[in-house]
Amino acid sequence: MQPLHLVDLETAKLELVATRDGFGEGLIAAGRANPQVIGICADLSESTRMEGFKTAFPLRYIEIGVAEQMLAAMASGLAAVGKIPFIASYAMFDPGRSWEQVRTTMALNEMNVKIVGAHAGVSVGPDGATHQAIEDIAIMRVIPKMTVVVPCDAIETHKATVAVAERWGPTYLRFGREKSAIVTTKQTPFEIGKAQTFRAGNDVAIVACGILVYNALQAARELAAHDGVECRVINNHTIKPMDEQAIVKAARECRAIVTVEEHQVHAGMGSRIAEITAQSHPIPIEFIGVQDQFGQSGTPAELIEHYGMGTESIKNAVRRVLKRKPGS
Amino acid sequence: MADVFAALYFHILRHNPLDPEWVDRDRLLLSCGHIAPVRYSAMAYAGYFPIEELTTLRKFGSRLQGHPERMRLPALETTSGPLGEGLAQGAGMALAAKMDEAQWRTYVVTSDAEHQCGLHWEAVMTAAKFKLDNLTCIIDRNFIQIDGSTEDVMPLEPLAEKYRAFNWEVFQCDGNDIAEFITTMEKAKEVRGKPQVVIAHTLPGKGVAFMEGDYRWHGKPPDRRQADEALSELSAQRELMVKHDG
Repeated sequence: MQPLHLVDLETAKLELVATRDGFGEGLIAAGRANPQVIGICADLSESTRMEGFKTAFPLRYIEIGVAEQMLAAMASGLAAVGKIPFIASYAMFDPGRSWEQVRTTMALNEMNVKIVGAHAGVSVGPDGATHQAIEDIAIMRVIPKMTVVVPCDAIETHKATVAVAERWGPTYLRFGREKSAIVTTKQTPFEIGKAQTFRAGNDVAIVACGILVYNALQAARELAAHDGVECRVINNHTIKPMDEQAIVKAARECRAIVTVEEHQVHAGMGSRIAEITAQSHPIPIEFIGVQDQFGQSGTPAELIEHYGMGTESIKNAVRRVLKRKPGS
Repeated sequence: MADVFAALYFHILRHNPLDPEWVDRDRLLLSCGHIAPVRYSAMAYAGYFPIEELTTLRKFGSRLQGHPERMRLPALETTSGPLGEGLAQGAGMALAAKMDEAQWRTYVVTSDAEHQCGLHWEAVMTAAKFKLDNLTCIIDRNFIQIDGSTEDVMPLEPLAEKYRAFNWEVFQCDGNDIAEFITTMEKAKEVRGKPQVVIAHTLPGKGVAFMEGDYRWHGKPPDRRQADEALSELSAQRELMVKHDG
Protein backbone atom coordinates (compact mmCIF):
# COMPACT_ATOMS: atom_id res chain seq x y z
CA MET A 1 0.00 0.00 0.00
CA GLN A 2 1.17 3.49 -0.88
CA PRO A 3 2.30 5.47 2.22
CA LEU A 4 -0.28 8.16 3.13
CA HIS A 5 1.99 10.69 4.87
CA LEU A 6 -0.80 11.83 7.21
CA VAL A 7 -0.41 14.37 9.99
CA ASP A 8 0.32 12.62 13.28
CA LEU A 9 -2.59 14.03 15.28
CA GLU A 10 -1.13 12.73 18.58
CA THR A 11 2.08 14.68 18.37
CA ALA A 12 1.71 17.47 15.79
CA LYS A 13 0.27 20.88 16.63
CA LEU A 14 -3.26 21.10 15.23
CA GLU A 15 -3.38 23.32 12.17
CA LEU A 16 -6.70 24.85 11.12
CA VAL A 17 -7.33 26.04 7.54
CA ALA A 18 -10.67 26.44 5.74
CA THR A 19 -11.29 23.98 2.92
CA ARG A 20 -12.37 26.92 0.74
CA ASP A 21 -8.81 28.26 0.96
CA GLY A 22 -7.58 24.99 -0.50
CA PHE A 23 -10.04 25.45 -3.36
CA GLY A 24 -8.84 29.00 -4.05
CA GLU A 25 -5.23 27.90 -4.36
CA GLY A 26 -6.13 24.74 -6.25
CA LEU A 27 -8.08 26.71 -8.85
CA ILE A 28 -5.09 28.97 -9.55
CA ALA A 29 -2.93 25.85 -9.99
CA ALA A 30 -5.53 24.32 -12.33
CA GLY A 31 -5.69 27.60 -14.26
CA ARG A 32 -1.91 27.63 -14.70
CA ALA A 33 -1.93 24.05 -15.93
CA ASN A 34 -4.68 24.52 -18.52
CA PRO A 35 -5.65 27.77 -20.30
CA GLN A 36 -9.16 26.40 -20.94
CA VAL A 37 -9.97 26.51 -17.21
CA ILE A 38 -12.24 29.50 -16.52
CA GLY A 39 -13.96 30.78 -13.38
CA ILE A 40 -17.56 31.96 -13.22
CA CYS A 41 -18.99 33.34 -10.01
CA ALA A 42 -22.39 34.49 -8.77
CA ASP A 43 -21.43 37.52 -6.69
CA LEU A 44 -19.43 35.59 -4.09
CA SER A 45 -15.87 35.65 -5.38
CA GLU A 46 -14.32 36.55 -2.02
CA SER A 47 -16.20 34.10 0.17
CA THR A 48 -15.95 31.18 -2.30
CA ARG A 49 -12.25 32.06 -2.69
CA MET A 50 -12.49 32.44 -6.45
CA GLU A 51 -10.98 35.87 -5.94
CA GLY A 52 -7.40 34.63 -6.37
CA PHE A 53 -8.20 33.14 -9.77
CA LYS A 54 -9.91 36.40 -10.76
CA THR A 55 -6.73 38.34 -9.94
CA ALA A 56 -4.42 35.81 -11.61
CA PHE A 57 -6.51 35.37 -14.79
CA PRO A 58 -8.80 38.41 -15.21
CA LEU A 59 -9.64 37.53 -18.83
CA ARG A 60 -10.75 34.06 -17.83
CA TYR A 61 -13.00 35.20 -15.01
CA ILE A 62 -16.72 35.89 -15.58
CA GLU A 63 -18.95 37.63 -13.06
CA ILE A 64 -22.56 36.63 -13.54
CA GLY A 65 -24.29 38.33 -10.59
CA VAL A 66 -26.91 36.74 -8.37
CA ALA A 67 -28.19 34.30 -10.98
CA GLU A 68 -27.37 30.70 -10.15
CA GLN A 69 -29.51 29.09 -12.85
CA MET A 70 -27.70 31.28 -15.36
CA LEU A 71 -24.41 30.25 -13.76
CA ALA A 72 -25.12 26.59 -14.54
CA ALA A 73 -26.72 26.90 -17.97
CA MET A 74 -24.23 29.45 -19.29
CA ALA A 75 -21.34 27.29 -18.10
CA SER A 76 -22.75 24.44 -20.18
CA GLY A 77 -22.68 26.71 -23.23
CA LEU A 78 -19.05 27.66 -22.55
CA ALA A 79 -18.13 24.01 -22.04
CA ALA A 80 -19.74 23.16 -25.39
CA VAL A 81 -16.98 25.24 -26.99
CA GLY A 82 -14.19 23.55 -25.02
CA LYS A 83 -13.89 25.68 -21.90
CA ILE A 84 -13.59 24.02 -18.49
CA PRO A 85 -15.78 26.24 -16.32
CA PHE A 86 -15.65 26.18 -12.52
CA ILE A 87 -18.90 27.73 -11.31
CA ALA A 88 -18.90 28.99 -7.76
CA SER A 89 -21.49 30.01 -5.24
CA TYR A 90 -22.88 28.64 -1.99
CA ALA A 91 -23.89 25.01 -2.22
CA MET A 92 -27.42 25.98 -1.19
CA PHE A 93 -27.83 27.80 -4.53
CA ASP A 94 -25.25 26.11 -6.71
CA PRO A 95 -26.44 23.36 -7.19
CA GLY A 96 -29.37 23.94 -4.79
CA ARG A 97 -31.19 26.43 -6.99
CA SER A 98 -29.94 25.19 -10.35
CA TRP A 99 -30.74 21.47 -10.10
CA GLU A 100 -32.75 21.17 -13.30
CA GLN A 101 -30.22 23.19 -15.31
CA VAL A 102 -27.47 20.94 -13.94
CA ARG A 103 -29.40 17.82 -14.88
CA THR A 104 -30.47 18.88 -18.38
CA THR A 105 -27.74 21.14 -19.72
CA MET A 106 -24.78 19.62 -17.90
CA ALA A 107 -25.36 15.93 -17.10
CA LEU A 108 -27.77 14.72 -19.80
CA ASN A 109 -25.94 16.97 -22.25
CA GLU A 110 -22.53 15.71 -20.99
CA MET A 111 -20.79 19.03 -20.45
CA ASN A 112 -17.45 19.33 -18.71
CA VAL A 113 -18.51 21.78 -15.98
CA LYS A 114 -17.27 21.82 -12.37
CA ILE A 115 -19.87 22.91 -9.85
CA VAL A 116 -18.26 24.42 -6.79
CA GLY A 117 -20.53 24.30 -3.73
CA ALA A 118 -19.01 26.43 -1.00
CA HIS A 119 -20.36 26.95 2.54
CA ALA A 120 -21.80 23.44 2.67
CA GLY A 121 -23.08 21.89 5.89
CA VAL A 122 -24.35 23.32 9.18
CA SER A 123 -20.81 24.51 9.97
CA VAL A 124 -21.62 27.66 7.95
CA GLY A 125 -22.79 28.69 11.39
CA PRO A 126 -24.53 32.00 12.16
CA ASP A 127 -26.09 32.39 8.65
CA GLY A 128 -28.69 29.84 9.72
CA ALA A 129 -30.80 27.20 7.99
CA THR A 130 -31.43 29.10 4.73
CA HIS A 131 -27.72 29.00 3.92
CA GLN A 132 -26.81 25.58 5.31
CA ALA A 133 -26.76 23.08 2.44
CA ILE A 134 -27.36 19.64 3.89
CA GLU A 135 -29.23 18.09 0.96
CA ASP A 136 -26.73 18.82 -1.83
CA ILE A 137 -24.94 15.46 -1.87
CA ALA A 138 -28.31 13.75 -2.28
CA ILE A 139 -29.46 15.86 -5.22
CA MET A 140 -26.14 15.54 -7.02
CA ARG A 141 -25.42 11.87 -6.45
CA VAL A 142 -28.79 10.91 -7.91
CA ILE A 143 -27.90 12.40 -11.32
CA PRO A 144 -26.36 9.99 -13.86
CA LYS A 145 -22.87 10.90 -15.14
CA MET A 146 -22.24 13.27 -12.20
CA THR A 147 -19.06 12.93 -10.12
CA VAL A 148 -19.33 14.07 -6.49
CA VAL A 149 -16.23 14.90 -4.44
CA VAL A 150 -16.12 16.01 -0.78
CA PRO A 151 -12.50 16.55 0.35
CA CYS A 152 -11.52 16.24 4.02
CA ASP A 153 -9.25 19.26 4.53
CA ALA A 154 -7.78 22.29 2.76
CA ILE A 155 -4.81 20.38 1.38
CA GLU A 156 -7.01 17.67 -0.08
CA THR A 157 -9.40 20.31 -1.46
CA HIS A 158 -6.46 21.84 -3.34
CA LYS A 159 -5.62 18.44 -4.85
CA ALA A 160 -9.26 17.65 -5.59
CA THR A 161 -9.66 20.95 -7.46
CA VAL A 162 -6.68 20.18 -9.67
CA ALA A 163 -7.87 16.59 -10.14
CA VAL A 164 -11.42 17.49 -11.21
CA ALA A 165 -10.03 20.01 -13.71
CA GLU A 166 -7.89 17.29 -15.27
CA ARG A 167 -10.60 14.65 -15.32
CA TRP A 168 -13.34 15.01 -17.94
CA GLY A 169 -16.97 15.19 -16.85
CA PRO A 170 -19.62 17.10 -14.97
CA THR A 171 -18.54 17.24 -11.33
CA TYR A 172 -19.75 18.55 -8.00
CA LEU A 173 -17.02 19.67 -5.59
CA ARG A 174 -18.25 20.40 -2.07
CA PHE A 175 -16.48 22.18 0.77
CA GLY A 176 -17.07 24.32 3.84
CA ARG A 177 -16.61 27.79 5.22
CA GLU A 178 -14.97 27.36 8.62
CA LYS A 179 -11.37 26.70 9.44
CA SER A 180 -11.01 22.96 9.97
CA ALA A 181 -8.29 20.52 10.97
CA ILE A 182 -5.53 19.62 8.54
CA VAL A 183 -5.14 15.84 8.55
CA THR A 184 -3.29 15.25 5.26
CA THR A 185 -0.02 16.61 3.89
CA LYS A 186 1.14 17.67 0.45
CA GLN A 187 2.62 14.18 0.05
CA THR A 188 -0.67 12.37 0.74
CA PRO A 189 -1.85 10.77 -2.52
CA PHE A 190 -5.28 11.70 -3.90
CA GLU A 191 -7.19 9.96 -6.62
CA ILE A 192 -10.85 10.52 -7.49
CA GLY A 193 -12.83 7.35 -6.78
CA LYS A 194 -10.21 5.85 -4.44
CA ALA A 195 -11.13 5.83 -0.76
CA GLN A 196 -8.23 5.84 1.69
CA THR A 197 -7.78 4.01 4.97
CA PHE A 198 -6.54 6.73 7.30
CA ARG A 199 -6.44 4.41 10.32
CA ALA A 200 -6.23 0.64 10.42
CA GLY A 201 -8.59 -1.48 12.53
CA ASN A 202 -11.03 -4.36 12.22
CA ASP A 203 -13.63 -3.86 14.96
CA VAL A 204 -15.76 -1.22 13.24
CA ALA A 205 -15.22 0.80 10.07
CA ILE A 206 -15.94 4.52 10.33
CA VAL A 207 -16.50 5.80 6.81
CA ALA A 208 -16.41 9.58 6.71
CA CYS A 209 -16.18 12.46 4.25
CA GLY A 210 -15.44 16.17 4.45
CA ILE A 211 -14.26 17.99 7.53
CA LEU A 212 -15.78 15.31 9.80
CA VAL A 213 -12.97 12.91 8.84
CA TYR A 214 -11.05 14.65 11.62
CA ASN A 215 -13.82 13.94 14.15
CA ALA A 216 -13.84 10.30 12.99
CA LEU A 217 -10.09 10.04 13.58
CA GLN A 218 -10.44 11.62 17.03
CA ALA A 219 -13.25 9.25 17.94
CA ALA A 220 -11.19 6.26 16.77
CA ARG A 221 -8.20 7.38 18.78
CA GLU A 222 -10.25 7.79 21.97
CA LEU A 223 -12.07 4.48 21.46
CA ALA A 224 -8.74 2.69 21.10
CA ALA A 225 -7.39 4.33 24.25
CA HIS A 226 -10.45 3.94 26.50
CA ASP A 227 -12.64 1.16 25.10
CA GLY A 228 -9.98 -1.01 23.51
CA VAL A 229 -11.90 -0.84 20.24
CA GLU A 230 -9.87 -0.62 17.04
CA CYS A 231 -11.72 1.31 14.34
CA ARG A 232 -10.78 1.49 10.69
CA VAL A 233 -11.22 5.09 9.50
CA ILE A 234 -11.87 5.54 5.80
CA ASN A 235 -11.63 8.92 4.09
CA ASN A 236 -14.39 8.43 1.52
CA HIS A 237 -13.88 11.66 -0.43
CA THR A 238 -15.55 10.50 -3.64
CA ILE A 239 -19.27 9.98 -3.12
CA LYS A 240 -19.74 9.18 -6.79
CA PRO A 241 -18.34 7.02 -8.28
CA MET A 242 -17.88 5.50 -4.83
CA ASP A 243 -15.01 3.12 -4.16
CA GLU A 244 -17.28 0.07 -3.80
CA GLN A 245 -14.35 -2.28 -3.34
CA ALA A 246 -13.11 -0.40 -0.27
CA ILE A 247 -16.63 -0.32 1.20
CA VAL A 248 -17.27 -4.04 0.64
CA LYS A 249 -13.83 -4.88 2.03
CA ALA A 250 -14.60 -2.83 5.16
CA ALA A 251 -17.97 -4.53 5.50
CA ARG A 252 -16.41 -7.98 5.16
CA GLU A 253 -13.46 -7.37 7.48
CA CYS A 254 -15.04 -5.14 10.15
CA ARG A 255 -18.65 -6.44 9.92
CA ALA A 256 -20.03 -3.13 11.23
CA ILE A 257 -19.94 0.40 9.80
CA VAL A 258 -20.55 3.91 11.09
CA THR A 259 -20.99 6.52 8.36
CA VAL A 260 -20.14 10.16 9.09
CA GLU A 261 -21.15 13.12 6.94
CA GLU A 262 -22.18 16.75 7.42
CA HIS A 263 -25.40 16.20 5.47
CA GLN A 264 -28.87 14.73 5.90
CA VAL A 265 -28.52 11.03 6.64
CA HIS A 266 -31.30 10.51 4.10
CA ALA A 267 -29.90 9.95 0.61
CA GLY A 268 -26.37 11.07 1.43
CA MET A 269 -23.03 9.26 1.52
CA GLY A 270 -24.15 6.85 4.25
CA SER A 271 -27.23 5.88 2.26
CA ARG A 272 -25.00 4.98 -0.65
CA ILE A 273 -22.93 2.75 1.64
CA ALA A 274 -26.14 1.07 2.80
CA GLU A 275 -27.11 0.50 -0.86
CA ILE A 276 -23.74 -1.09 -1.59
CA THR A 277 -23.53 -3.29 1.49
CA ALA A 278 -27.20 -4.36 1.34
CA GLN A 279 -26.50 -5.89 -2.06
CA SER A 280 -23.14 -7.50 -1.45
CA HIS A 281 -22.43 -7.89 2.26
CA PRO A 282 -25.26 -6.84 4.60
CA ILE A 283 -23.99 -5.68 8.00
CA PRO A 284 -25.27 -3.30 10.72
CA ILE A 285 -24.72 0.43 10.01
CA GLU A 286 -25.15 3.52 12.17
CA PHE A 287 -25.58 6.84 10.37
CA ILE A 288 -24.00 10.04 11.70
CA GLY A 289 -25.38 13.17 10.05
CA VAL A 290 -28.36 15.50 10.28
CA GLN A 291 -31.45 13.45 11.13
CA ASP A 292 -34.15 14.87 8.82
CA GLN A 293 -34.08 18.37 10.30
CA PHE A 294 -33.11 21.87 9.19
CA GLY A 295 -30.17 23.71 10.72
CA GLN A 296 -30.19 27.02 12.63
CA SER A 297 -27.86 29.85 13.69
CA GLY A 298 -25.04 29.08 16.09
CA THR A 299 -21.30 28.60 16.15
CA PRO A 300 -20.03 25.80 13.92
CA ALA A 301 -18.89 23.80 16.95
CA GLU A 302 -22.27 24.20 18.68
CA LEU A 303 -24.13 23.09 15.57
CA ILE A 304 -21.92 20.06 14.86
CA GLU A 305 -22.50 19.02 18.47
CA HIS A 306 -26.24 19.78 18.49
CA TYR A 307 -26.92 17.82 15.30
CA GLY A 308 -25.03 14.79 16.60
CA MET A 309 -21.86 14.92 14.49
CA GLY A 310 -19.31 15.54 17.23
CA THR A 311 -16.67 13.11 18.43
CA GLU A 312 -18.83 11.87 21.35
CA SER A 313 -21.73 11.12 19.00
CA ILE A 314 -19.43 9.13 16.72
CA LYS A 315 -18.06 7.16 19.68
CA ASN A 316 -21.59 6.35 20.85
CA ALA A 317 -22.54 5.24 17.35
CA VAL A 318 -19.55 2.89 17.31
CA ARG A 319 -20.64 1.44 20.68
CA ARG A 320 -24.21 0.96 19.39
CA VAL A 321 -23.13 -0.72 16.17
CA LEU A 322 -20.75 -3.02 18.07
CA LYS A 323 -23.76 -4.39 20.00
CA ARG A 324 -25.55 -5.10 16.73
CA LYS A 325 -22.53 -6.72 15.12
CA PRO A 326 -23.16 -10.36 14.13
CA GLY A 327 -21.82 -12.72 16.80
CA SER A 328 -21.44 -10.00 19.45
CA MET B 1 -41.91 27.76 -37.70
CA ALA B 2 -41.25 25.61 -40.78
CA ASP B 3 -40.58 28.86 -42.65
CA VAL B 4 -38.04 30.05 -40.08
CA PHE B 5 -36.17 26.72 -40.02
CA ALA B 6 -36.16 26.51 -43.83
CA ALA B 7 -34.64 30.00 -43.96
CA LEU B 8 -32.09 29.12 -41.29
CA TYR B 9 -30.90 25.82 -42.77
CA PHE B 10 -31.07 26.82 -46.43
CA HIS B 11 -29.91 30.42 -46.33
CA ILE B 12 -28.75 31.91 -43.04
CA LEU B 13 -26.60 29.34 -41.21
CA ARG B 14 -22.95 28.74 -42.00
CA HIS B 15 -22.92 24.97 -41.62
CA ASN B 16 -21.97 21.70 -43.24
CA PRO B 17 -24.36 18.75 -42.87
CA LEU B 18 -21.53 16.39 -43.84
CA ASP B 19 -19.34 17.76 -41.03
CA PRO B 20 -21.75 18.64 -38.22
CA GLU B 21 -18.91 19.26 -35.75
CA TRP B 22 -17.00 21.69 -38.01
CA VAL B 23 -15.46 24.08 -35.46
CA ASP B 24 -16.30 27.26 -37.36
CA ARG B 25 -19.98 26.45 -37.92
CA ASP B 26 -22.71 28.76 -36.67
CA ARG B 27 -24.45 27.34 -33.61
CA LEU B 28 -28.23 26.98 -33.75
CA LEU B 29 -29.93 26.19 -30.45
CA LEU B 30 -33.59 25.31 -30.16
CA SER B 31 -34.65 26.50 -26.72
CA CYS B 32 -38.30 25.49 -27.07
CA GLY B 33 -37.36 21.85 -27.62
CA HIS B 34 -40.96 20.70 -28.02
CA ILE B 35 -41.05 21.99 -31.59
CA ALA B 36 -38.20 19.58 -32.45
CA PRO B 37 -40.15 17.86 -35.29
CA VAL B 38 -39.94 20.99 -37.44
CA ARG B 39 -36.19 21.26 -36.84
CA TYR B 40 -35.67 17.55 -37.51
CA SER B 41 -37.51 17.92 -40.83
CA ALA B 42 -35.39 20.87 -41.92
CA MET B 43 -32.24 18.99 -40.88
CA ALA B 44 -33.25 15.90 -42.84
CA TYR B 45 -33.90 17.93 -45.99
CA ALA B 46 -30.60 19.79 -45.43
CA GLY B 47 -28.81 16.43 -45.46
CA TYR B 48 -28.01 15.73 -41.81
CA PHE B 49 -29.71 12.32 -41.95
CA PRO B 50 -31.96 10.35 -44.32
CA ILE B 51 -35.47 11.74 -44.77
CA GLU B 52 -36.90 8.25 -44.06
CA GLU B 53 -35.49 8.51 -40.52
CA LEU B 54 -38.13 11.16 -39.74
CA THR B 55 -40.68 8.36 -39.25
CA THR B 56 -38.72 7.18 -36.19
CA LEU B 57 -39.67 10.40 -34.37
CA ARG B 58 -40.33 9.79 -30.65
CA LYS B 59 -39.92 6.03 -31.10
CA PHE B 60 -37.73 3.70 -29.03
CA GLY B 61 -34.08 3.79 -30.08
CA SER B 62 -34.49 6.82 -32.34
CA ARG B 63 -32.00 9.66 -32.58
CA LEU B 64 -35.06 11.87 -32.94
CA GLN B 65 -36.14 12.01 -29.32
CA GLY B 66 -39.37 13.66 -28.20
CA HIS B 67 -37.24 16.56 -27.07
CA PRO B 68 -33.81 17.22 -28.64
CA GLU B 69 -30.82 15.37 -27.20
CA ARG B 70 -27.38 16.38 -28.34
CA MET B 71 -25.76 13.13 -27.20
CA ARG B 72 -27.94 11.24 -29.67
CA LEU B 73 -27.66 13.79 -32.48
CA PRO B 74 -24.68 16.14 -32.00
CA ALA B 75 -25.82 18.61 -34.69
CA LEU B 76 -28.55 19.72 -32.29
CA GLU B 77 -25.80 21.61 -30.36
CA THR B 78 -27.59 21.09 -27.05
CA THR B 79 -30.19 19.13 -25.15
CA SER B 80 -33.36 21.12 -24.68
CA GLY B 81 -36.99 21.01 -23.76
CA PRO B 82 -37.16 22.41 -20.24
CA LEU B 83 -38.09 25.96 -21.20
CA GLY B 84 -36.12 29.14 -20.67
CA GLU B 85 -32.66 27.54 -20.84
CA GLY B 86 -31.61 27.97 -24.45
CA LEU B 87 -30.56 31.61 -24.41
CA ALA B 88 -28.45 31.03 -21.28
CA GLN B 89 -26.50 28.29 -23.05
CA GLY B 90 -26.36 30.32 -26.26
CA ALA B 91 -24.92 33.25 -24.33
CA GLY B 92 -22.24 30.89 -22.98
CA MET B 93 -21.35 29.77 -26.48
CA ALA B 94 -21.31 33.33 -27.83
CA LEU B 95 -19.08 34.42 -24.94
CA ALA B 96 -16.72 31.50 -25.59
CA ALA B 97 -16.55 32.58 -29.24
CA LYS B 98 -15.60 36.10 -28.12
CA MET B 99 -12.93 34.72 -25.76
CA ASP B 100 -11.50 32.64 -28.61
CA GLU B 101 -11.91 35.48 -31.16
CA ALA B 102 -13.88 33.09 -33.35
CA GLN B 103 -16.08 34.40 -36.15
CA TRP B 104 -19.06 32.05 -35.97
CA ARG B 105 -22.43 33.23 -34.69
CA THR B 106 -24.93 31.78 -32.24
CA TYR B 107 -28.66 31.69 -33.00
CA VAL B 108 -31.23 30.71 -30.40
CA VAL B 109 -34.83 29.94 -31.37
CA THR B 110 -37.22 30.60 -28.48
CA SER B 111 -40.94 30.43 -27.96
CA ASP B 112 -42.85 33.45 -26.74
CA ALA B 113 -44.26 31.65 -23.68
CA GLU B 114 -40.81 30.69 -22.39
CA HIS B 115 -40.28 34.41 -21.84
CA GLN B 116 -42.31 33.76 -18.69
CA CYS B 117 -39.24 31.93 -17.25
CA GLY B 118 -36.93 33.94 -15.00
CA LEU B 119 -33.78 32.28 -16.32
CA HIS B 120 -34.43 33.60 -19.83
CA TRP B 121 -34.22 37.17 -18.52
CA GLU B 122 -31.05 36.37 -16.59
CA ALA B 123 -29.63 35.42 -19.98
CA VAL B 124 -30.99 38.58 -21.61
CA MET B 125 -29.19 40.67 -18.97
CA THR B 126 -25.97 38.69 -19.29
CA ALA B 127 -25.83 38.88 -23.09
CA ALA B 128 -26.19 42.67 -22.90
CA LYS B 129 -23.50 42.94 -20.20
CA PHE B 130 -20.99 41.11 -22.37
CA LYS B 131 -22.11 42.95 -25.56
CA LEU B 132 -22.66 39.67 -27.37
CA ASP B 133 -23.26 41.02 -30.86
CA ASN B 134 -22.54 37.52 -32.20
CA LEU B 135 -25.79 36.32 -30.61
CA THR B 136 -29.27 36.53 -32.15
CA CYS B 137 -32.41 35.41 -30.35
CA ILE B 138 -35.37 34.55 -32.56
CA ILE B 139 -38.82 34.59 -30.95
CA ASP B 140 -41.68 32.56 -32.37
CA ARG B 141 -44.30 35.19 -31.46
CA ASN B 142 -47.50 33.23 -32.03
CA PHE B 143 -49.33 34.34 -28.87
CA ILE B 144 -50.33 30.80 -27.91
CA GLN B 145 -49.35 28.43 -25.14
CA ILE B 146 -50.81 25.27 -23.66
CA ASP B 147 -53.36 26.99 -21.44
CA GLY B 148 -54.44 29.66 -23.95
CA SER B 149 -53.27 33.07 -25.15
CA THR B 150 -49.93 34.25 -23.76
CA GLU B 151 -51.57 37.55 -22.89
CA ASP B 152 -54.18 35.78 -20.73
CA VAL B 153 -51.85 33.22 -19.14
CA MET B 154 -49.08 35.71 -18.24
CA PRO B 155 -48.86 38.82 -20.41
CA LEU B 156 -45.57 39.39 -22.24
CA GLU B 157 -46.35 42.71 -23.88
CA PRO B 158 -44.75 45.15 -24.42
CA LEU B 159 -42.15 42.55 -25.43
CA ALA B 160 -40.07 44.68 -27.81
CA GLU B 161 -39.84 47.48 -25.23
CA LYS B 162 -38.68 45.00 -22.61
CA TYR B 163 -35.76 43.91 -24.80
CA ARG B 164 -34.89 47.53 -25.62
CA ALA B 165 -34.86 48.31 -21.89
CA PHE B 166 -32.39 45.44 -21.44
CA ASN B 167 -30.06 47.02 -24.08
CA TRP B 168 -30.80 44.69 -26.95
CA GLU B 169 -31.34 45.69 -30.57
CA VAL B 170 -34.90 44.76 -31.54
CA PHE B 171 -36.21 43.71 -34.95
CA GLN B 172 -39.70 42.55 -35.86
CA CYS B 173 -40.91 40.75 -38.97
CA ASP B 174 -43.51 38.42 -40.41
CA GLY B 175 -42.13 35.02 -39.47
CA ASN B 176 -44.18 33.32 -42.17
CA ASP B 177 -42.64 35.47 -44.90
CA ILE B 178 -39.31 33.82 -45.70
CA ALA B 179 -37.90 36.74 -47.70
CA GLU B 180 -38.78 39.25 -44.98
CA PHE B 181 -37.33 37.00 -42.27
CA ILE B 182 -34.04 36.62 -44.17
CA THR B 183 -33.72 40.37 -44.76
CA THR B 184 -34.38 41.03 -41.07
CA MET B 185 -31.79 38.46 -40.01
CA GLU B 186 -29.24 40.06 -42.31
CA LYS B 187 -29.87 43.44 -40.70
CA ALA B 188 -29.51 41.90 -37.24
CA LYS B 189 -26.14 40.45 -38.20
CA GLU B 190 -24.82 43.95 -38.94
CA VAL B 191 -25.43 45.22 -35.38
CA ARG B 192 -22.27 45.85 -33.36
CA GLY B 193 -21.92 45.98 -29.59
CA LYS B 194 -25.35 44.54 -28.74
CA PRO B 195 -27.16 41.22 -28.92
CA GLN B 196 -30.16 41.19 -31.24
CA VAL B 197 -33.66 39.83 -30.98
CA VAL B 198 -35.85 39.11 -34.00
CA ILE B 199 -39.50 38.94 -32.99
CA ALA B 200 -40.92 36.76 -35.74
CA HIS B 201 -44.70 37.15 -35.79
CA THR B 202 -46.07 33.80 -36.82
CA LEU B 203 -49.52 32.35 -37.33
CA PRO B 204 -49.68 28.89 -35.78
CA GLY B 205 -51.00 26.33 -38.24
CA LYS B 206 -50.50 28.81 -41.11
CA GLY B 207 -52.19 27.66 -44.32
CA VAL B 208 -54.48 25.11 -42.68
CA ALA B 209 -57.88 26.68 -42.08
CA PHE B 210 -58.91 24.48 -39.15
CA MET B 211 -55.59 24.95 -37.35
CA GLU B 212 -54.70 28.60 -37.90
CA GLY B 213 -54.41 30.54 -34.65
CA ASP B 214 -56.03 27.81 -32.54
CA TYR B 215 -54.00 27.16 -29.37
CA ARG B 216 -55.57 23.72 -28.98
CA TRP B 217 -53.22 22.48 -31.75
CA HIS B 218 -50.20 23.62 -29.74
CA GLY B 219 -49.24 20.20 -28.41
CA LYS B 220 -51.33 17.71 -30.33
CA PRO B 221 -50.74 15.93 -33.65
CA PRO B 222 -53.54 15.65 -36.23
CA ASP B 223 -55.12 12.22 -36.87
CA ARG B 224 -54.79 10.60 -40.31
CA ARG B 225 -57.91 12.24 -41.76
CA GLN B 226 -56.97 15.69 -40.43
CA ALA B 227 -53.42 15.29 -41.70
CA ASP B 228 -54.63 14.43 -45.20
CA GLU B 229 -56.96 17.41 -45.16
CA ALA B 230 -54.18 19.73 -44.01
CA LEU B 231 -51.70 18.39 -46.57
CA SER B 232 -54.13 18.73 -49.48
CA GLU B 233 -54.91 22.31 -48.43
CA LEU B 234 -51.18 23.12 -48.27
CA SER B 235 -50.36 21.51 -51.61
CA ALA B 236 -53.24 23.40 -53.30
CA GLN B 237 -51.71 26.64 -52.02
CA ARG B 238 -48.28 25.54 -53.18
CA GLU B 239 -49.57 24.86 -56.69
CA LEU B 240 -51.17 28.31 -56.77
CA MET B 241 -47.86 29.88 -55.71
CA VAL B 242 -45.91 27.94 -58.34
CA LYS B 243 -48.38 29.05 -61.03
CA HIS B 244 -48.20 32.62 -59.78
CA ASP B 245 -44.40 32.61 -59.88
CA GLY B 246 -44.63 31.48 -63.41
